[in-house]
Amino acid sequence: MSTITYSDPAEHAGHPPLSHVRKVAMWAFLGSECLFFGSLISTFLLYRNRTGDGPTAADIFDVPFTSISSFILLMSSLTMVLGHYASERKDFRRMRVWLLATALLGMTFLAGQVFEFTEFVEHGLTVTTSPFGSSFFVLTSFHGGHVAIGVIMLLATAFMSFGGKLRPDGGMNIELVALYWHFVDIVWIVIFTVVYLLQV
Amino acid sequence: MTEAAHRPHPRPRDYWAIALVLGVITAAEVTVTYIDALGGAVVPLLLVMAAAKFWLVVAWFMHLRFEEPLYRNLFVIGLIAAPVLFGAVLFTFGVLIGG
Repeated sequence: MSTITYSDPAEHAGHPPLSHVRKVAMWAFLGSECLFFGSLISTFLLYRNRTGDGPTAADIFDVPFTSISSFILLMSSLTMVLGHYASERKDFRRMRVWLLATALLGMTFLAGQVFEFTEFVEHGLTVTTSPFGSSFFVLTSFHGGHVAIGVIMLLATAFMSFGGKLRPDGGMNIELVALYWHFVDIVWIVIFTVVYLLQV
Repeated sequence: MTEAAHRPHPRPRDYWAIALVLGVITAAEVTVTYIDALGGAVVPLLLVMAAAKFWLVVAWFMHLRFEEPLYRNLFVIGLIAAPVLFGAVLFTFGVLIGG
């Protein structure tokens, strides 16, 4: 007598597949993150002109430099989607290359942000200088924190794959990491326009 | 299966093409901020270009064009709620109370 084995016990119980539930959870999470970043962006907009004795956005923002950072993050979305495409094709070697490339681009973006923050502090803008400084640093730091978490997720996924711990049917994992990463990118699209370009 | 799920999924060359468009739009955004002659048109231009980049990433890289409506709706709820809610907050603190 043969026995049917289910990789996902939930399917056996008549529930939706776990992959579907995870994806619903990720989209709901990203929807809630829109509200989270919306609150930080609106706080910045409220305080953008309250610079006190500190520097203004026009005094310190280096738009060409931030444009390059933005371009790097946009290109990381390209490498991410190519990694996702490779994982769907079961081309795991190429998938790992694209995942590592995405992590590298993410780390480059973070290095640019650290450099930018250092420059701002040297020019007299800190988190305590003015409401403008506080709202700017809180917003961009939270975004940077999201990028850092994304880099950790990318590296963890890549190294799990290297160690053979990424299940062959674990494509959903890559998809969830990809969704998170692209979301971080679209948040930056808004921040770059609203916080940088519209203020100079 | 929905109509969206039946659409042919993009291939790598499509992704490269979209990345090229994203790069061009970013360059245009920066250029626009340096053209003084545009005057008051700069803000709407920048917002339109940011919206275009946002849509390209969400629709193509996040595959929302090809997904089931359930996923799209979950995201769109947050996307609509954020500007409505915080627009109200900005209006209250910026206009009614006076910042």
